[in-house]
Formats: sequence, C-alpha cells, structure tokens
Amino acid sequence: MHALVGENGAGKSTLMKILYGMQKPDEGTIAVDGEQVTFSSPADAIARGIGMVHQHFMLADNLTVLENVVLGSEKLYGIGGGARKKIKEISDRYGLNVRPDVLVESLGVAERQRIEILKVLYRGARTLILDEPTAVLVPQEVDALFSNLRELKSEGLAVIFISHKLGEVLSVADEITVIRRGTTVGTAVPAETTSRQLAEMMVGSELPTPETAESTVTDQPVIEVRNLTVYAAGASLGAESEPVGGGLVGDTALGGAAKRVLDDVTFTIHAGEVMGIAGVEGNGQTELIDALIGLRNADSGTIAFLGEDITPWATRKRREAGIGYIPEDRHRHGLLLEAPLWENRILGHVTETPNAKGVWLDIKGAQADTRRIVEEYDVRTPGIDVTAASLSGGNQQKLIVGREMSHTPKFLIAAHPTRGVDVGAQAAIWDHVRAARREGLAVLLISADLDELIGLSDTLRVIYDGRLVADADPATVTPEELGSAMTGAASGHLEHVEEEADGAESTVENTDDTAAPEDEAR
Amino acid sequence: MKKFDKERVLLAVAGPVMALVAAILLTSVVLLASGKNPIEPYHLMLQQLGYSDVQVLIINQASMYYIAALAVALGFRMNLFNIGVDGQYRLGAVMTAVVGAHVALPAALQVPLLLLVAILTGAFWAGIAGVLKVTRGVSEVVATIMLNAIATSLILYLTQTNTWGVQVGNNMTTGIMKKSGWIPGIDLGADTGEVYGLVFLAVIMGVLYWLVLNRTRFGFDLRATGESETAAAASGVDAKRMTLTAMLISGGVAGLAGLPLLLGDSHTYSLTFPEGLGFTAIGIALLGRNNPGGIALAALLWAFLDKASPALDYATPVAYEKEIATIMQGLIVFAVVISYEVVRTWGLRRQQSRVGAELAAAARNNSEKKEVAA
Repeated sequence: MHALVGENGAGKSTLMKILYGMQKPDEGTIAVDGEQVTFSSPADAIARGIGMVHQHFMLADNLTVLENVVLGSEKLYGIGGGARKKIKEISDRYGLNVRPDVLVESLGVAERQRIEILKVLYRGARTLILDEPTAVLVPQEVDALFSNLRELKSEGLAVIFISHKLGEVLSVADEITVIRRGTTVGTAVPAETTSRQLAEMMVGSELPTPETAESTVTDQPVIEVRNLTVYAAGASLGAESEPVGGGLVGDTALGGAAKRVLDDVTFTIHAGEVMGIAGVEGNGQTELIDALIGLRNADSGTIAFLGEDITPWATRKRREAGIGYIPEDRHRHGLLLEAPLWENRILGHVTETPNAKGVWLDIKGAQADTRRIVEEYDVRTPGIDVTAASLSGGNQQKLIVGREMSHTPKFLIAAHPTRGVDVGAQAAIWDHVRAARREGLAVLLISADLDELIGLSDTLRVIYDGRLVADADPATVTPEELGSAMTGAASGHLEHVEEEADGAESTVENTDDTAAPEDEAR
Repeated sequence: MKKFDKERVLLAVAGPVMALVAAILLTSVVLLASGKNPIEPYHLMLQQLGYSDVQVLIINQASMYYIAALAVALGFRMNLFNIGVDGQYRLGAVMTAVVGAHVALPAALQVPLLLLVAILTGAFWAGIAGVLKVTRGVSEVVATIMLNAIATSLILYLTQTNTWGVQVGNNMTTGIMKKSGWIPGIDLGADTGEVYGLVFLAVIMGVLYWLVLNRTRFGFDLRATGESETAAAASGVDAKRMTLTAMLISGGVAGLAGLPLLLGDSHTYSLTFPEGLGFTAIGIALLGRNNPGGIALAALLWAFLDKASPALDYATPVAYEKEIATIMQGLIVFAVVISYEVVRTWGLRRQQSRVGAELAAAARNNSEKKEVAA
C-alpha cells in the first residue's frame, strides 16, 4: 500500500489523473508490471488493471447496487445471476459487506464508497487508486475502510492512497511518497518517520521567498468582522439543531443537521496590513470569502468596512465602495471565458470608470485600459480581442489581479492569488500586493502556499472547521508549524502558535479526519 | 488584432451556413426517397421571390417573426428559455384589440396607448413566470408552457360574446378597432398589397436590442449572467432581479409581436389570428444566433419558406407538397443546434492553439533578438 501525500495543489490529483488515463503526460513514462504503457483513456487503464475510486462518488442514486456495479461493464458477467454471484464473491472475499439489491440512495457514505471499491474490483483491477477516501468518512468508518484495504493488500492487490492527513497515512501505508509543487520531494517508510518529519517534507522547510520588508501596518481599521457565523447552505433554519459534536459532520453530508461552516469568526484588518489565513481547503475559507464579498449572507455577526456596517450590502455596492476580489476559482468567479479580454476587464467594475459613462458602456475606455493592464501586468496575449479561455491560467490570473488593482481598492480579498502561476509572475503579483499595501491597502490573503502566507502576511490566522483556531507571528512561525496546525497532525505541540479560541470540545479531534471535503470545483 | 475579429465573423457565419447546407441536403434526400426531383422544388420556390406580392407577404410575415424572435433571443442571452412567447404575444394582441375597440383617442395618443397595452400585457404574462422562478425556483420553461395553455383558455373567455367578443358570421372577434388606432401601411398598388407600417417598429426594435445589449451596463450584466452565472454574481449582478427584469422585457417585446398584423391589417383579434408564432420564433432566434442581424436574416428565410411554398402545390407539370418547406424548417432547427456547438468548441480550441503558437513565436523572436544583441 503506497500513500501519496502533499499539500493542496501540489499535483497529487494531476498525477492520479495521468495514471488513470484521464490526462496525458507531456513527458515521462508509466510502467505497469514492468511493462511500459501509455493510456489514452480510462478504458485503457482499466484494461491494464488500474481502477480509480474518485473522491466524489460516481453512482446513480435511483439504481440498485447491482445495477450500479454492472453499469458500463454488462459484458463481463451479464446483468443477472452471474453478476450477482460475482458481486457476492468479491464482497465476501474482501469483507466489503455489500448488499446487491438495495437502492443506492438509501445508503450511507461509507457504504457507497465500498460499492465504488467493489465496482473497481468487479472490472478486474489489480491496482486501486483512492483519491482522498477518508475526506467524507467519520473515524469509525475510516477504521473500517482501512481494514478493508488491508484485506485487499493481503490478497495481493496494490493500493495507491492519496491523502493530506498525515496520521492516517502513517497508520495504513507501507511506503509514502511526498510531493510538493509538482515534484517528488522524498519517500518515507512509516515505521521510521514521525508526522512532524512528514509535515516538514510536505510544506518544505526552506525559507520563504516572498518576504515583506518593513511593517506598514497602521492603526486604522479597514475591515472589522465580528462574530460572523454562516450555516451550511440551505440549513440556516436549523440554527437550534446545531450538531453536538464534530462527529456528526459525516451525517451532515447526508443531509442531516445544520453545520456551522463559519463559526463565530472575529478579526480586524488595518490599512497597510496583510492578514493571512492558513487552513486546509474546505474549512470555511470559501464561505468567509463569500460572506465578505456578499455572495452569501451572514447568518449572524457583522462586517464593517471603514467604520460602516456593510453586512446588508449587495455585492455590487461593496465592490463600488472599494473591495477588490481575486477569487479562488477564477474560471467560475473571475472570468467570462468565452468573452474577449476587454469585456473581462469590465467584469465586476461595470459601473466604474473607465468602463462606463452613465448607463452606457465606455468600450473605448475599457479597451484602452485593458491594453494598459496587459502591458503593466505582463499578460502574455497577442491582443485584447482574444477570449479569456485562450490564455494560460497564469496570464488569466495576471489579468484579474491587474483589473482588481486598477480600481485602487481599500480592501483586497486575495484567494490563492498565485495559484497555477509560474514563478516569475508569482513574484510580480507579490510585488503589486506589497506596493498597494504600502499605499494603505488592507489584504485578506488566503493561500495554500505556506511560504507565500508567511512571507507576505503581517498577521496570520489558522482556520479550522469554520473557526479561527490559532494565530501566529509570521516573523517567527515556520511552515511546518503552520502545516501541522492546519492538518491537525500536531495541533497540540506548536511552539510559537498560541491557541486563541478554545474551540476544542472533546470531539473536535474526530473532525480532524472528517471536516475536509475538498472544494468540489476541482 | 484584426485577424481575430475576422476569424470571429467567419466562425459566426460558419454555423448557420453549415446548418442550412445540411438541411437542404437532407430535404433533398427526403425528396429522393419519395421519388421526386430533389432540386426542382427549390427552383420553384426561388421563382416566387421574383413576384412583388410574395415579397410583400414575406416582409410582413418576417416583421412579426422578427419581434417574437427578439423576445426569445433576449431570454437566451441570459440562459432563460422563454417558451411562453406564443401566449404572451396572443394575449398582448387580444388586449390591444379589446382596448382599441373600446377606447377612442386621437391617433397621436391612441397608437402609443395600444403599444403600451401590448407591452404591459406581454410583460405581465411573462412576469408571472419570472416571479415564480425568483421566489419559488420554478423552472421558467415549465411555467411558460403552462401559461401558454392558460392564455389559450383566457383568450377563449375574453372573446365570448358576454365578455368582449363580437360574433361575425362563424368567427369570434373582438370587434373592429377604432380607426385612430390603425396604422397605415405602404400601399404598393392593388396587385401587390401593403407593407405593414409596423415593419419599421421591428427595425427600430432590432437596433434597440443591439444597443441595449452591447452598449449599456445593463446589457453587459445581462450577457455576463448568461455566459457565467457565478462570475456575474461575483461581479455584483443581482441574479434574481436580473432574471425578473429579463423576463419582463422579453414578455414586453413578445407582446408587440402581433401588432404589425393587428394594427396594420386585421384590426380585430379573431379565431383566425395566427398561432404558434412564438414557437417558430425559437427556431429563428437559434438560427440567428441571438444576433439582431442574424435574426433578421433568419426571419426573412423563414417567411420565405412559409410564403413561397404554397406555390409548390400548384406547380405544373408536377406538383410538390408544400410541406417540404415545413420539413426543411424542422431540419434547419435540428442542424443549427448541432452545428453551432461543433463550431463553438472547434473555434475555442483553435483560438487557444493559435494564441499559444503566436506567443511561442514571439518568445522565439525575443530570444533570437537577445542573442543577436549579445
């Protein structure tokens, strides 16, 4: 059993997609059983005995387990008695305990996952890839899954296990490969490794490059968030039925009680201050951004901008008032992919100069300003009439950064501002943020890149399960300390980080393993 | 970058042309299969184009198609599927006819009043679907289809003799409208007929449509919502308000679609008033790519197929079924949907690779220059 660990965006999923034939490698080779292979589609991978269990289950709710398993491979054992016998056989052999004639919609997450595994085995897989299999499970279910996996291993199958939870990786894997920023940084054997060493490898221990020289923090508050609480989508009414402990997170995924995706968040960012928020994706960052830009209403608590309560303001009013927004998912929230660059220049600032004169668009002005952004921010494009989709991710990001900075925001929400951006552009974006910070810009920086967080921030907070659980001084904290606070691998042993809120109910540790459903967009 | 502009025009034209060619080929296959000459009918229909009375018929019909298709296209531009244009247009026409028959103002007031009645009626009917979608999440497709059926019943009720109906022979009408509300056409002689005066309304609306969508903030927000709802929301568009507004405007435009005929020719709403215009308009909006110029061409084409095909029945020496035109219209809609998607994805990919190639070339040039300089 081989585990693959790395931070979000380190390239784990890409690697797995290549192994499963969903994406083609640009260079390099893959060998199965010593034989070099190329996959052009998942079907090729399946034929070679590679099976993948996706993080998001691919099951049809209104079909039975048997039908789901058979679907797409009817030729193997038919669709009737033969298939049922085979399913029973696999289920008994590996202790999967699957009931073939139940409707999938009536099953829990753990059982669905076992069906996914069975589906893969049914198709004759000898190598199983599991993408973040524990993200949706509660601890007992994780234990059960691991015993299933050990069963598979003892039958001679290979399992590749992707995770960023160090504890479980150490307990289940025979060998661990750590990747960071797209390359292998090392391998480890669990018996000789501690989770601390692993965390160091994962986040890298070299010194951060994006250093901010002198502090420009003033005492003028720009954004003040008080007791901000947001419930999981569509569950605002269930305020009273707050889950008693973190262990219920698994049930919430099944449509159970309301969960606080943001829980009593309070912070202040001053002019000239960059506040970084570290955290494993899915711990409330998205909701925090949405609440600040106005895409999601606060269920309780207030947001004040330059002393004014903006909690009831609509998104457009907030943007006009001077809140800039670099979204975490630029394709969903930052761009009109099929529109030309200059129209994307207008997006989000349609009411402001140089894009509009009264109710009319100022197309000339917008185009001229787009050319300026392309020039100043080094957006590599043959012109401003090409669609945004034809630019590379990094250039799209530079355009967005340029657009947001062009309106001299007073408060900038920067979510993963350098994600998918090459090293040179990264430095340029950092420079722009730093320059604006000197001018008195307040920045909320959310990033998976810990070096970036530590180097750019004046203050640091760690978000965990919707709460700001810790803060740290970027001058003294190390990436591995932050990393372990985020993953929960060493939450109690942090030297420089002082616990701020005592959000540690007795069950909080259970949520370590359950509260990180990855953003479904990627 | 003129090159990319030219390319975009090429791509925009490629879709409809591909669709038309495919539709014509398939129609010929149908003709062949039924043992008919696969070319002759086109010839016969094109011949009709030469007659000035047919030309007038085509232009008059096209003006109504055009307005209705603009209504559909407005919805399409923000991913709203207003199937209810048919109901909105018929109800708009009925209310206008009723008001026109009972109110007598000077023409300078009467005509604006009638236009306003048509707009408000259409907007109200579409607005019901809009409110349902915004407040209750009801799909506008379902709601507008239902509203079409309700409109049919409502019109039957409104045209009963004990409400506003007037029986003329076997036909139920809403009574003849007051003269001040009639809009004179351009009389081209007794043999040729009259071009509806409101053909110009159609032209003005086409210009307005383009202006509002492409040159105003509101239009930008609307298009942005259609292209990416999430990005539009993040940019500050209030999705609910935008949905309702778009629905109201679309309905208001739809309400006007029957007026060229009503104010220009029939002067009453009767059982023979054309139905199904709103559905035809969906195909026209698709073929015209929601672009005002494209829709105009598509509306003219459709009207041509409508008005030129009856001649097929009387052709000598061999008569053809005029339903050939209907088959062709159906095939066009079918082919359009497929060819647009093909062209769109192909174009996007092509531009991506071309931008890549161009940037790579630029980078190479730069490095060569540097080497020379060094």
